[in-house]
Amino acid sequence: MTVALKAETVGQKVAQAFPTAIITADKEAIIVPPDSLFQVAHFLKNTPEFDFDYLTSLTAVDYLDYFEVIYHLTSLRYDHSLVLKTRCYERERPTVPSVVSLWQGADLQEREVYDLMGIIFPGHPNLKRIFLWEGFPGHPLRRDYL
Amino acid sequence: MPLKTEPIVLNIGPQHPSSHGLFRLRLTLDGEVVTDLELVLGYLHRGIEKLAEGRTYAQNIPLTDRLDYLASMTNNFAYVLAVEKLAGIKVPERAEYLRVIMAELMRLTSHLAFIGFLLNELGAYFTPLFYMFRDREKILDLFEMVCGQRLTYNYMRLGGVSHDIPEEFIPAVKRLLNEMPRFTDEYEQLISGNEILLARTKGVGILSRDKAINASASGPVLRASGVKWDIRKVDPYSVYDRLDFEVPVGSVGDVYDRYWVRVQEMRQSVRILKQAIEQLPKGEIRSEVPHLLRPPQSEAYGRIEAPKGELGFYLVSDNSIAPYRFHIRPPALINLTALRDMVIGWKLADAVVIFGSLDTVLGEVDR
Amino acid sequence: MEVTEPRIPVPPAIEADLAEGAAINSIRETCKLIPDPDKWLEEELSRNIVVTTVDAVLDWGRRCSVWPVNMGLACCAFEMIAMANARFDIARFGMEFLRPSPRQADLLWVVGTLTWKMAPALKRIYDQMPEPKWVMAIGVCAISGGTFRESYSVVPGVNCILPVDVYVPGCPPRPEGILYGISLLHQKIGRSTIQGQLADKIEEWKQKMKLEAYLGGMWR
Repeated sequence: MTVALKAETVGQKVAQAFPTAIITADKEAIIVPPDSLFQVAHFLKNTPEFDFDYLTSLTAVDYLDYFEVIYHLTSLRYDHSLVLKTRCYERERPTVPSVVSLWQGADLQEREVYDLMGIIFPGHPNLKRIFLWEGFPGHPLRRDYL
Repeated sequence: MPLKTEPIVLNIGPQHPSSHGLFRLRLTLDGEVVTDLELVLGYLHRGIEKLAEGRTYAQNIPLTDRLDYLASMTNNFAYVLAVEKLAGIKVPERAEYLRVIMAELMRLTSHLAFIGFLLNELGAYFTPLFYMFRDREKILDLFEMVCGQRLTYNYMRLGGVSHDIPEEFIPAVKRLLNEMPRFTDEYEQLISGNEILLARTKGVGILSRDKAINASASGPVLRASGVKWDIRKVDPYSVYDRLDFEVPVGSVGDVYDRYWVRVQEMRQSVRILKQAIEQLPKGEIRSEVPHLLRPPQSEAYGRIEAPKGELGFYLVSDNSIAPYRFHIRPPALINLTALRDMVIGWKLADAVVIFGSLDTVLGEVDR
Repeated sequence: MEVTEPRIPVPPAIEADLAEGAAINSIRETCKLIPDPDKWLEEELSRNIVVTTVDAVLDWGRRCSVWPVNMGLACCAFEMIAMANARFDIARFGMEFLRPSPRQADLLWVVGTLTWKMAPALKRIYDQMPEPKWVMAIGVCAISGGTFRESYSVVPGVNCILPVDVYVPGCPPRPEGILYGISLLHQKIGRSTIQGQLADKIEEWKQKMKLEAYLGGMWR
């Protein structure tokens, strides 16, 4: 059975490694501010204890006060999983660092989030619209579209 | 004297002979060798994720059928599993076994269509497709016996399945399972006995193990590259922990391995079906679920092993009758992440075959 | 081999994307509902004695081997492929080749959901087909947008872009249903006449060549 790691225990270990970042944990997931997202992801991927080498899914949700980008991580060796979240409070040009250099599987999924939600990922090699055409007005999956 | 050539950009446009759907490839070619590839998608983007936010949980089940339309019941299965995880619904045993039987029959139809279209791209045009569809029609007759539809079934419901199986179903399935091993031997022999096809598929389009894990490939593509990861074994859902089967794993990660893994999976599906039919208990097929379901405010990620890979649904609810966020983790789209690295350096004809061996269905890629 | 710079420089891909986006926006803003061609439903077509036998032969030729262009877009495409296979045979109508090329086709069947991104390509393929040509809309998504009608990227029906001759409803329609649609199309082709078209063309030709003077009014 894939064990879903407890967010509080992992959160404490991550907070020990990164004392300057504000890491919170709710029932299911660790919440990280966007500035320290890349370092935390790098830490989770490369520490032998966690070894999260497989990015299962990358998605985003629009709560009207903030955007939340959710990463589901899995380790193939230890068979455990974790949910990592980050919140971006800007509405006009939200930016979240890209994790393509760690997991190449994030490539097309980040393009999809940019296309449908409008979140920009600096560091992505080819951030263009993927499903809709250039010139489409707006980002459809936002809650205030139509 | 060295020959000088210049690169050309070839556009394999949205309408083309390969029957996988509407995608567009912009290839930069140096002679016949591919030096760069760009994939343009979105010609079938119907906005399913946005539409689902305006419908109730039960009304979304037919929308999920239209995703991977070659294996519709597995999409229903994944969605219903996610909602049951979100709302804490229990499913009776007979319904679990029926779901497993339908899911494995769907795996057979999906892999049959894959073999037919791969041979279509290797050059044998429609002839092998006739044979595959002959067997696929037999399985579609079984589905029609149960729920009345041939392609988009809408069979699973929240808390069970919609119809019980009639009496002719089990004898018909047993007849089919007696014939399947002979057909599977025929299909395995189609490529492994043919020199030309072996030369075109062995060693072509290799995806190494580390690259496959890094690119989040899943399903037969990941298993052909040597990683033994099958959701039915590592994270069993429904009644798969009571059934005994093996997981075929390839070694090299080329087109031949992806074909071989799927043929072996067909054999294992036959094995699972035989056990499931013997263990099928009597009982109810559906548990009591309120008509307008209001799950508590939380989120859930439910996943299954679909014929294309790991199909997951991420649902967020805010205690109302419609989901707040409905996200699909599409295996076909994520398997395409590594396409560029697999194709560069091969010739134009190989590019089409490599794309075909990834088994994409554009309904799922574009949603 | 040395690879040099191309003689005609290829613009970067983003420019092609922007051009495509502009074409899609223009077709989305300027399209309107095209009425169905229904002149064939008129009661008594008074046919000129000259054209009756020609009509009969031409209609027989055209309807007995209609060659389709394969425009399988979504799920209904699999019912179309199932129809082309051994169980529901369309080879008996002479239509077994689902060729993707429009240059040698008579029938364009739009099978599945049409999105705005695909619409310019569909119009281009329709324009590339030679006359006479017919269009069939198969599946509810092609007829009216179907389940996805309220979506932001789905065309509400193919008749916004092309004139449609036969509609086949279903989601997806059974292969027998599509075969019934094909037989309706054959009936429609059987009742068509070249009279109207031929008379117009003859008028044009007469004016151009001034044959009346030569042939003394025989062609009136």
